[in-house]
Formats: sequence, C-alpha cells, structure tokens
Amino acid sequence: MKRIDAIRQIVKHLNDELVICNLGFPCQELYSVKDSPTHFYMLGSIGLASSIGLGLSIAVRRKVVVIDGDGSLLYNLGSLMTVAMQRPENLYWIVLDNESHGSTGFQPTYDATVANLGKLAQAAGLTKIQVINNKSEFEEALQQLKETGPLFLIVKIEEGNAKVSPIPVTPDLIKSRFIEEAKKG
Amino acid sequence: MRVSTRANKALYEALKGIGIDFVVTFPCNWTGPLLDFMAKDRDLKHIPVTREEEGVGVAAGAYLGGKKTAMVMQSSGIGNSLNALASLNLTYGIPLLILVSHRGVEREKIVAQQGMGRALKKLLEGVGIQYFDLSDLSQIKKTLADAYSLALAEEKPIAVILSPLLLLEE
Repeated sequence: MKRIDAIRQIVKHLNDELVICNLGFPCQELYSVKDSPTHFYMLGSIGLASSIGLGLSIAVRRKVVVIDGDGSLLYNLGSLMTVAMQRPENLYWIVLDNESHGSTGFQPTYDATVANLGKLAQAAGLTKIQVINNKSEFEEALQQLKETGPLFLIVKIEEGNAKVSPIPVTPDLIKSRFIEEAKKG
Repeated sequence: MRVSTRANKALYEALKGIGIDFVVTFPCNWTGPLLDFMAKDRDLKHIPVTREEEGVGVAAGAYLGGKKTAMVMQSSGIGNSLNALASLNLTYGIPLLILVSHRGVEREKIVAQQGMGRALKKLLEGVGIQYFDLSDLSQIKKTLADAYSLALAEEKPIAVILSPLLLLEE
C-alpha cells in the first residue's frame, strides 16, 4: 500500500471528524487528496501529532483522527502511555508505518529493526491495537471509526512519497479555520 | 529556606481567577503545593505527561478545542520545550501561559540546574517568547492576569518566571 492510497482510504471513511496530520509528505498527500478546514496540517514539532490529537480529544466531543507516522511516534514514545492513561473514547490514532523517516530521505527508524510498535503500544496500556498489512484489512479496521476509542492502528505502507506540492495554506489560516470547525462541538 | 505555601496558593487562585481550565504540569519542589491544589481540583483538567515537549503538544490541542491552557514547569523544562513552542505555538499563533520556576540562580542547591537557569531569559528572548518576572507576592494576581491577556490578545505563549524569592521563604 502506498501512503497516499492509505490516506485516500481514511478520507473515504471520514465524516466530520477532526484530523491532526503528521508533518512532511503525509500532510501534503492528505491536502492533495482532499483539503478541509477539519484538517490540522502540522508543519513542525515532529512527534506531537498524537499529543495535539489527545489534547483536542479531551476538549471536544467530536471524534479526532490522528494520522501519524512511525518516525514521528518514535520521537514521542511517551505519548503511548499518556494516551492510554487518558483513554479518550473519541480518539483514533492511525500510524502510517513505512519503517523510516519518509520526508527527509528514508532514514530507517527503529521500527525497521529492534522495535515492535504493537507490543510497545500494548505495554503502554493501550488495548484496541491492530497491525494492518493490506487494503482489505485496512477497510475492515476503519469500520471501527464508528465504535468507541481509543483505537490504535499500525498500517504497514511502502516507502515512497507521492508527487505532491507544499501546502499553500498559511499556518494562521490552518489554525483559525480549524478552530472554527472545532467550535461546532 | 522552605517552600512558600502562601505564594503557591496565591498562584493557584490567580490561575483560577483568569479562567484557566486545562493544565499540564511538571514536578518541582518549589511549586509542589501549587501542583497539589491543581491535582485536587475537579474543575481543572490536569494531564500528566512524560516530557515538557509532549505537554506543549497536548496543551496546543486543548487550545484548538477551546480550552484555556497553562503549563507549570521548571526553567530546565523550557529547554525541553523550545522547538515545540517555536514550531507549533509561535508558528500557528497558539496562546499558552507558562509558569516557570526559576531554578539554578539564587537559593539553588542543585548544580545541574545552573546551565538552564542562567540561560533562561536569553533563550526565551532568542526564540521570541516574552516573559514577565514575578518575585513579589502582592503582584501575583496582576502579573498572571496581564500575562494571560497578552497571550490571548497576541495569540502566543507568554512565560511568567517565578523567582526563588517568591517561591521560597525563610
């Protein structure tokens, strides 16, 4: 599965969920598939996708979907425990896992060698954990967006980035239109 | 020297007074009582995290969702937060009130606190985060109110540096 195809699949299942998307090619690909004021495109602060998502999910009633990466997650590993501790029922944490830092030249992450993200998540106290290996497994897993969270999906994707452009929306606009959306509940 | 419960209580009351409803805090002996008051407050969302940087992300998400956010950390914690504050709060314009216990300067017993303690103000200035100094009990309410108003008005993080002269007493 290519990352952009996985993102397309996620977007097909979204209604009015608020989305926090990891920086670099993930959010550029998301923007190219579909732009929406419900998308918060991260431009920096690697690792914090799940933290922003967690804080948001505590503040609002609406469902929050985090599109994270293995590289990003490994930069903020403590987040697994923080999320597990808060157990937000409206949080759906999807890790697109290419076992590398795709936006900076595919340097391999520990996920390619010593780490097992599923076991780490389990040891941290998360319970609804799934490793997804293909499109049909992902399709089935995404049905759980209708159920109670927190949900933690590790979606194995190929290395590679789509030919997409930088996001032409300013940080200020990304933030302000997102806040307006979040105000709706 | 002992920790001033009076100053800690006044800080807690001032935070409540300005409407803070979401806090991320970090251990510090000098703000221990403040953290206790917060932990016992059922009207305050208090999220424990594993690192100051992580906490900046959680507070930012809460702000996007409509919360009034503050963090309480040591000067060393600012060191652990700088990139998140710069590339998230300053980049997007996300307010945050940060109470910073100023370690590593006067009345400090821990040598390792000195590096960040001495550099604190220069680092905040370097990255463009405005700060207020607070060393006087009588100024707590006004300083926190002014700092938070500024944070909201200019949509950015503002630090209030809690002097050891405030947090410790004879």
